[in-house]
Amino acid sequence: MGIEISSFIRSLFSKTEMRILMVGLDAAGKTTILYKLKLGEIVTTIPTIGFNVETVDYKNNSFTVWDVGGQDKIRPLWRHYFQNTQGLIFVVDSNDVERIGEAREELMRMLAEDELRNAVLLVFANKQDLPNSLNAAEVTEKLGLHSLKNRIWYIQATCATSGDGLYEGLDWLSQKLKGRQ
Amino acid sequence: MSAFKRDKKEEEDGGGNPFQNIEKTTVLQEARVFNDTTINNRKCTHILTKLLYLLNQGEQLGTKEATDVFFSMTKLFQSKDVILRRMVYLGIKELSSIADDVIIVTSSLTKDMTGKEDLYRAAAIRALCSITDATMLQSIERYMKQAIVDRNSAVSSAALVSSLHMTKLAPEVVKRWVNEAQEAVNSDNIMVQYHALGLLYHIRKTDRLAVTKLVAKLTRMSLKSPYAVCMLIRITAKLLEEEDSGNDSPLFEFIESCLRHKSEMVVYEAAHAIVNLKRTTSRELAPAISVLQLFCGSPKPTLRFAAVRTLNQVAISHPAAVTACNLDLENLITDANRSIATLAITTLLKTGAESSVDRLMKQIASFVSEISDEFKVVVVQAIRALALKFPRKHSVLMNFLSAMLRDEGGLEYKASIADTIITIIEDNPEAKEAGLAHLCEFIEDCEHTSLAVRILHLLGKEGPRTKQPSRCIRFIYNRVILENPTVRAAAVSAMAQFGATCPDLLENIQVLLARCQMDSDDEVRDRATYYSSILGQQDKSLYNNYILETLQVSIPSLERSLKEYTQSPSDQPFDIKTVPIATIPTREETELEKHKAEGMIISNGPAKPAVVSREENFAEKLSAIPGIAELGPLFKSSDVVELTESETEYFVRCIKHCFTNHVVLQFDCLNTLSDQLLEEVRVQLDPSEGYSVLKEIPCPKLPYNETGTTYVVLRFPENDLPNSVGTFGAVLKFIVKDCDPNTGLPDTDEGYDDEYMLEDLEITLGDQIQKINKANWAAAWDEAAPLCVEMEDTYSLSSMSTLEEAVKNIIQFLGLQPAERSDKVPEGKTTHTLLLAGMFRGGIDILVRAKLALADGVTMQLTVRSTDGDVAELITSTVG
Repeated sequence: MGIEISSFIRSLFSKTEMRILMVGLDAAGKTTILYKLKLGEIVTTIPTIGFNVETVDYKNNSFTVWDVGGQDKIRPLWRHYFQNTQGLIFVVDSNDVERIGEAREELMRMLAEDELRNAVLLVFANKQDLPNSLNAAEVTEKLGLHSLKNRIWYIQATCATSGDGLYEGLDWLSQKLKGRQ
Repeated sequence: MSAFKRDKKEEEDGGGNPFQNIEKTTVLQEARVFNDTTINNRKCTHILTKLLYLLNQGEQLGTKEATDVFFSMTKLFQSKDVILRRMVYLGIKELSSIADDVIIVTSSLTKDMTGKEDLYRAAAIRALCSITDATMLQSIERYMKQAIVDRNSAVSSAALVSSLHMTKLAPEVVKRWVNEAQEAVNSDNIMVQYHALGLLYHIRKTDRLAVTKLVAKLTRMSLKSPYAVCMLIRITAKLLEEEDSGNDSPLFEFIESCLRHKSEMVVYEAAHAIVNLKRTTSRELAPAISVLQLFCGSPKPTLRFAAVRTLNQVAISHPAAVTACNLDLENLITDANRSIATLAITTLLKTGAESSVDRLMKQIASFVSEISDEFKVVVVQAIRALALKFPRKHSVLMNFLSAMLRDEGGLEYKASIADTIITIIEDNPEAKEAGLAHLCEFIEDCEHTSLAVRILHLLGKEGPRTKQPSRCIRFIYNRVILENPTVRAAAVSAMAQFGATCPDLLENIQVLLARCQMDSDDEVRDRATYYSSILGQQDKSLYNNYILETLQVSIPSLERSLKEYTQSPSDQPFDIKTVPIATIPTREETELEKHKAEGMIISNGPAKPAVVSREENFAEKLSAIPGIAELGPLFKSSDVVELTESETEYFVRCIKHCFTNHVVLQFDCLNTLSDQLLEEVRVQLDPSEGYSVLKEIPCPKLPYNETGTTYVVLRFPENDLPNSVGTFGAVLKFIVKDCDPNTGLPDTDEGYDDEYMLEDLEITLGDQIQKINKANWAAAWDEAAPLCVEMEDTYSLSSMSTLEEAVKNIIQFLGLQPAERSDKVPEGKTTHTLLLAGMFRGGIDILVRAKLALADGVTMQLTVRSTDGDVAELITSTVG
């Protein structure tokens, strides 16, 4: 009886822990997003050889965000971080129209993985501050998100340097993931 | 309660090792919890500990296993637990060489090494360097440079030492960090300074000038770290050895000044360096020795040990200098530390006078049972040196050795005693009888088979020539009754030697051999039957060939030849004459081997593989060259002859390979010009009369600083032995292509012909003769009388002034093996007989007796017996 009560109280007050994997092509802005969320400021970043991992606390949720580098040679290693991932954040450089096809291929390849079949997908259409960037609808179309079957997904236009859109994304994630637990 | 009981019982059984029963598969299974969303720090730390324990116990992981567990481990970076993180670093270092894609942790480790948590930084640097390869190094270069000059000494040291390791992978990159290393040398921290000097020297060590500058600069500023000073002394000493300047150079002054340093470590290092410099004179040695003398009286055992060990070393090269310390060494004989005492005594033995030998031996005897085998061996070696120095003391030493033989001890120890006794016997004929008697007694109770076999072999060789051969036989036959099959077989062989050499004992030996034929072991019975039937023939020549002389061929070659023969069946019977003859190590080599081990405590490395003769090595190489395999087996390879000075444009050396009817000349050429690429390199010979050049095998390409080989195949003059000794003119011919010294690529495709004169090349008599060891030369000589052609001549060797010189020259000229130790001329004699044996190419036996007399120059009467008259004639004619 006592145990039941305490677990109930914990579920009320303790944070919900979530494992998030954040990937995308190189120079999409993943590391900048991570540290904007973690520290609230813009840090100078260098290309990530490997990964960064931080816990981001937001609205009684604790997100463990794995930001894995997007260089060609590291992309094959993403798969090592699929296990137990509940939410997938895919960051796209909306200004890089030339490589959006490549981004689409990487995304589709990943979504086909069995280990990620239950993960919800959040796409950040990043770098909205740049003049020639595609808007969220255009990115949706270029990535072919409408053709996805059996996948809960959402696209959010963001600007990592100003922080615009980031928390809206996290709101969506916590809402979707809470619903599942 | 029951669980508690079980725990307690397990603890008693397992000696308290909690990791005793863990298994690889279980641990790898457990490691999956690393992937959990929330990390349990304590649990994960424990699992990592188990994993590290397994790896350190030598457990092997496959690449896939390692990669899987490595990536699971990377998940632990989400935890902020300090202990767990440091365990992860250790795990990364262990797995970095086995797992794939380890660069995945680069970012995380770079972050840790530059972060705020000091506990992470040094360890992260070490882990980072273990996962970084040459291509990735550039991306972390900036951080490494910063870390080298970091204020935190642990970080700086870690970066310096890691850089040192990285020089193996990417020397060029690390070279760029020299400024940072330079700055770190000025650090106040003793370890940082030491590590920085290490890195700095490593970066520059290939550049003599830079090292000289470094040393000059550092010797002027006073380094704070004693470790760094020690290192600087070593660098300076090395530089001094390489430089040919005298000992009044500032470098030597620096080392000498370190004798007055306040740290004992530095003082010792300086003394050690001075003592070990090759050109040190006694005047320069004196201050170093007096420092060591002071250390002999130090209360610290390490200092006493270091000092006495160094003195022990010097005692060989500068015995007089060490004499000054004799009094201090005497005090150390009673030192509580037996290692120090042993070294003190052996040093005294090396420097002491003949009169003190008895006293010292008594002193050693008092504690020899208390020291370890390793040090007993040192004592034995000192006794060996002593016996050679003072032959008259052999009875004291021999008694002492035999007493030591009777004590308990390991094989190495016993073998060194037996070796020493054997050396004394060989060196000093007076000690022979007594020595053999001691050895006879020793094998009565010898637990080491290999040693017993060796001694039995020696008894077989030397025993028959003692005054009372029959005395030994009892000891030998006892072995047949009491020992294991290997020893019994050796004993049978030894007895047969007595039967073959002493006719009056033959009957008794036959009886004993007949008894041995009932033995339970095949080998023993075989040998007994074999010897018994040969001895039954009563034929001297059979005795010589099948009992007294052992197999002369090189065993690895024989094995190979037999294998080849069985694999390709032919109608012809196997001919043992086609097997290369075992080379006999020269005196110098054996002396060198002995000298190396003299009086030192050296841990011997793993046993060397059986020595393969030089011929065997060459034969393998030559047989790979088309056209040479058909010439038959290789008979002999000469020593290397230099055909140019070593510092000329092209450095050419020649090795003469002699076959039955052919000679192959191997020219090893080195191109020392960085702006030339040579092609089609060959040697054009101008052979002497009778020789014909069959084939030239040029070296297609010879880039700068590489050695290439070209061959010339010649046929010996047919049916014309006198002309087989001759002198050839030689010219190196080649095509030159000028090239860029940096890339080594030729500027143009066209080259031009050029040539280079070489020194004349001689084919000598010695090139055509292989040495053969005759254990019983006299018997072979008598036996050869009816079968061989004998030639005799008298010569006057006016240029020789001593018998030793004459003996040395004759041996060298003829290329024959001296028998029965006749190459040693007893002192004070004016006449000497040199006995030689060998084999001419084509398997023709040669025996030579040279009677020498000293009177105003040396007169020699040379008698040659050979199965071939022409060969005998050739020898007598070329000697003149």
